[in-house]
Amino acid sequence: MTGRIEHHPILGSLENRKQILFHFDGKTYTACESETIAAALLANGVRTLRVHEEKGTPRGIYCNIGHCFECRVTVNGVKGIRACLTLVEEGMNVESGVQLPVPFKEGGHQK
Amino acid sequence: MTDVLIVGAGPAGLSAGIACAQHGLQVKIVDEFPRPGGRLLGQLHEEPDGTWWNGMEEAKRLLEQAEKLGVDIDCGVSVYDAAKTKEGWSVSSSHGNFEVPKLLLATGAAEMALPLPGWTLPGVMSIGGAQVMTNVHRVRVGERGIVVGVNILSVAIARELQLSGIHVDRMVLPAQNPVTRDAGNPEKVFQSMLRVAHLAPSTFMKLGSKLLKSKTMQKLALQFLPGIGGIRMWGIPIQLKAAALEIIGDKQVEGVKIVKINAKGAPIPGTEKVIPADFVCIAGGLYPLVELAAVAGCPFAYLPELGGHVPLHNERMQTPVEGLYVAGNITGIEGAKVAAAQGTVAGLSIADEFGKLPEKNLLSTAIETVEVVRQNATIQFHPCIAQGRATVKNMSAQHKSDA
Ligand SMILES: Cc1cc2nc3c(=O)[nH]c(=O)nc-3n(C[C@H](O)[C@H](O)[C@H](O)COP(=O)(O)OP(=O)(O)OC[C@H]3O[C@@H](n4cnc5c(N)ncnc54)[C@H](O)[C@@H]3O)c2cc1C
Ligand code: FES
Repeated sequence: MTGRIEHHPILGSLENRKQILFHFDGKTYTACESETIAAALLANGVRTLRVHEEKGTPRGIYCNIGHCFECRVTVNGVKGIRACLTLVEEGMNVESGVQLPVPFKEGGHQK
Repeated sequence: MTDVLIVGAGPAGLSAGIACAQHGLQVKIVDEFPRPGGRLLGQLHEEPDGTWWNGMEEAKRLLEQAEKLGVDIDCGVSVYDAAKTKEGWSVSSSHGNFEVPKLLLATGAAEMALPLPGWTLPGVMSIGGAQVMTNVHRVRVGERGIVVGVNILSVAIARELQLSGIHVDRMVLPAQNPVTRDAGNPEKVFQSMLRVAHLAPSTFMKLGSKLLKSKTMQKLALQFLPGIGGIRMWGIPIQLKAAALEIIGDKQVEGVKIVKINAKGAPIPGTEKVIPADFVCIAGGLYPLVELAAVAGCPFAYLPELGGHVPLHNERMQTPVEGLYVAGNITGIEGAKVAAAQGTVAGLSIADEFGKLPEKNLLSTAIETVEVVRQNATIQFHPCIAQGRATVKNMSAQHKSDA
């Protein structure tokens, strides 16, 4: 189970943040204002952000601080955006990556 | 007109910005993370005197000071190139180009990967990734997790997960292979754990920390560690004699296959079992994030005691490349207090370069402060850090006299 850490013995309780709506692969989710796409999706129980372009295996965040590019998604039509560094916005349209054809690779996936 | 561009708004970058602005320089700091503070934001550990090191508060304090001094901070900006020009630097970013006379790189550190089968499954993340999710974003990374890799950072973060009510089932070593090397060797890991004994004194008192100072006793202790090498810190089992072979799951993490290992790290056949988990943290340690120094043309040195390849620099945090400075973890892996102290040195040194530092003693005092902070650090990532620092200093001097 994922979800938010409302209370913390040292860091205190979360303040009430404005709720916003955004879309991921056609579904609508609630996020808190000024949180990253990766955090908002995980809080909603979504771990898979894309599939590997060639193999189609599922991928999620790894480093969570912008170094590994494992979390790349398409945001409002722009590809290759790091979900762990990008803040969600009201009405934002986020799409996971899809498997791509590799017609020139022997044994590769063909569409 | 910006006098100095700082890449990275962590403790080093912010402290440098403060020092520059205090001496009348126009400073711009850019950072690709959505908020300033760098890796300080996620840090939370108990000091031996019972007080808490709360990085979030420290970051806030530095940020307020910087903003009061008029430092311009832009987040969400990724820098990807730095080219030398006649007047200084042309720096390329996701948000356009910056032309500046002086450039300070304070890009911090990155985490080493410990690849093992199944590590690309959703639910597997680096230990630092879990720290940021937990303490910065305040989102639960899962219900029940296993940490692969036992080092000072992973032990500290396992405790942070526990504080947030997330169950860390156990910590194990990665299976030994050419990539994991010492991280998969119980003897080596045990020795490094003794150096963090002060973080959980009661655990190590039980083992008799005095006795364990001798190498022979360490070997013996490891032979006789209870169960499959279970010590506990804050109740979290740290199994130095178990290794993760594979992360299991179809669409996401469902468990970890572990195996018993001997004191040298060799797996004991027939002892494999699968431990259920919904998340896994991989902890391979830190290395300096130096790519920008490389594209800027800075010479490097390879020093394992500093975490890997580091840009050459002198005590004033100047690199051999005109107008290029470095501070913080890009120069070697240490705690945030050392990074901040180095930032102050870099800032003063840049001010001096502009002829804006009449009080020369400020710089020499700041250089001494780095040393003092280093000696008093609670969290030390490498035992031979002082030696590494001395080597870089010598190499930098040598480089200058050769040139
Ligand atoms: C994941 C992680 C967790 C850590 N946890 C701890 C801990 O719990 N305790 C501890 O003592 N130490 C910890 N450290 C060590 C940490 O590096 C130091 O404590 C300290 O934060 C270093 O300060 P710094 O200013 O050098 O770098 P950082 O604090 O890392 O700040 C560097 C900043 O530069 C930015 N940046 C990097 N490259 C670019 C670029 N190309 N363009 C724009 N911005 C860029 C980053 O976004 C970051 O905000 C951790 C390090 C990492 C990587
Ligand atoms: S998770 Fe590594 S870049 Fe986003």
